[in-house]
Amino acid sequence: MEILVFIQRDNHTLNRNSLEALTGAQQIAKSINGQVTAVCFGDPHEVIAGYDIHQVLCVHDQKLESYNPLLFCEAAAQIISRIHPELILFGHTYQTRDWVPRLSARLNIPFVSDCIAIQHSDGLVLTRQIHQGKINTDLSIAGPVLASVQSGAFRLDSLVAGKADLQNVSVDLSQVICTVRPGEKFQESKGSVDLSRAKVIVSIGRGIGKEENMSIAKALADVMDAELGSSRPVVDYGWLPHEHQVGSSGQTVAPKLYLALGISGAIQHQVGMKSSANIIAINKDSNAPIFEIADIGVIADLFDIVPKITEKIRAFKR
Amino acid sequence: MKICVLMKQVPDNDSAIVLSNDGSGIKLDDITWCTNESDTYALEEALLIKEAQGGEVVACTLGRESSQQVIKDALAKGADRGLYIPDDGLDNYDILATAKIFSQILKDENFHLILSGLQSNDSGNSQLGLLLAEMLQMSHAALVMGTEIVNENQIRVKQELEGGWFQWTELDLPASITIQSGLNKPRYASLRGIMMMKKKPIEIFDKSRIDRTAIENKIFLEKMYIPNKIKETTFIEGTPDEIADKLVDIMINEIKVF
Repeated sequence: MEILVFIQRDNHTLNRNSLEALTGAQQIAKSINGQVTAVCFGDPHEVIAGYDIHQVLCVHDQKLESYNPLLFCEAAAQIISRIHPELILFGHTYQTRDWVPRLSARLNIPFVSDCIAIQHSDGLVLTRQIHQGKINTDLSIAGPVLASVQSGAFRLDSLVAGKADLQNVSVDLSQVICTVRPGEKFQESKGSVDLSRAKVIVSIGRGIGKEENMSIAKALADVMDAELGSSRPVVDYGWLPHEHQVGSSGQTVAPKLYLALGISGAIQHQVGMKSSANIIAINKDSNAPIFEIADIGVIADLFDIVPKITEKIRAFKR
Repeated sequence: MKICVLMKQVPDNDSAIVLSNDGSGIKLDDITWCTNESDTYALEEALLIKEAQGGEVVACTLGRESSQQVIKDALAKGADRGLYIPDDGLDNYDILATAKIFSQILKDENFHLILSGLQSNDSGNSQLGLLLAEMLQMSHAALVMGTEIVNENQIRVKQELEGGWFQWTELDLPASITIQSGLNKPRYASLRGIMMMKKKPIEIFDKSRIDRTAIENKIFLEKMYIPNKIKETTFIEGTPDEIADKLVDIMINEIKVF
């Protein structure tokens, strides 16, 4: 079986999530005697030739130096039609989410996004989560498939070093009409909150219910000398500024204690906080995915528990 | 500006998601349904664009009978007409096949813009609007956090990247964009809107008009199950007082945060 892995470049580094996908490709190839080809757009990158895979295809083209979904799509489509891989892997990055669905429609090859596992036993089995992480599904595929792997699904430290054959290939992008023109990247003005250095984070989710209730969580954070974090909805509702948001579109944190209040723990949130040394979660829904990664769980209404914790810590500190 | 908003009815966040006895799906009995969250932001953005530019907003959904409510809510908020595709016999298709169905239905409408929520809270494929962009030869952008109409042929969109980075992207129309939640404040339907909704048309698409010869499933469900836990969680039970006591004790004596 031929496995193709698309390696995303972020300026001059190789995207970590893409390399995790490469680890996955190595493991699948090993189990079925398959062959792995990596594809990298832009200048050849020596690092990529240092892994135990069959070959690396480097596509030289000025037009691929920076990201454009239509150019990426055309270049990838041409390469895929040359080598006919059965499995085409990507890291599940924001870039992948932007251009790979289009590639799927162009090639008429299905795209299974955000896989947490890919195995080969009597055919490919791809595992992805639905209902925001509450249910897993194992999927089989007829014909070739495009798949992206969730950050952490394969471990980067399992990537096997070796020597790959480095080849330069060219593509013809002259027919592409660029109706999509990405501009420069920028960051919004940075606030004063740096959650990555916090020792304790009290983090607030949708379960807080309404803006007036925020004071309950803030009182606890105050008495604990903790920073305030939040999941996406709380920022979307405007109850906390974006700089407090933890997760894939916010900050990545690893405090000594992460106290998750009314946070369901969708994967987009988990990727930002799962490395915390200790996770305590309070949520009234016993099926909330946050309990999959919590060390200590309390299935209860946070309004019953949190004010009492605040009171008891205040008493202890006196 | 002729705008289509693709919307979906999904289980409410508070609904318990329980596997059906044969493991082929989830139990539907106790589900409370609602409009997918990011779709409500997509609708709001469409209404704002229409209010500034003029034009028409069409709310479109494929789903069970009850999902017509999604369209009714959209009409009450200001959408002009609805397009409802009954899912009967169409509900087991994978996302690529589903997109082919939508492309057949939408191709003659010649929309300038298709807006959809970034991701559905149930199947979470995050693909429909982007697959349609290719099938209907439109430009596209995912993860959109802001829009700005440049002129009748162009739109600028602010796209969210990882880790707090953004990017403005210029798109030629027609374009299909997927909307990230949080970019606007979705309105509530007014009483007047609800009264007007009753007079607005909802087309129920006749599915016999769909040519199914090119539509085939390529992804098959083998198994559905509750995820294994990654960590062993210690659950603390008791009265609120007892729970708070134990938690504070753990924080002080085990985690040693003070």
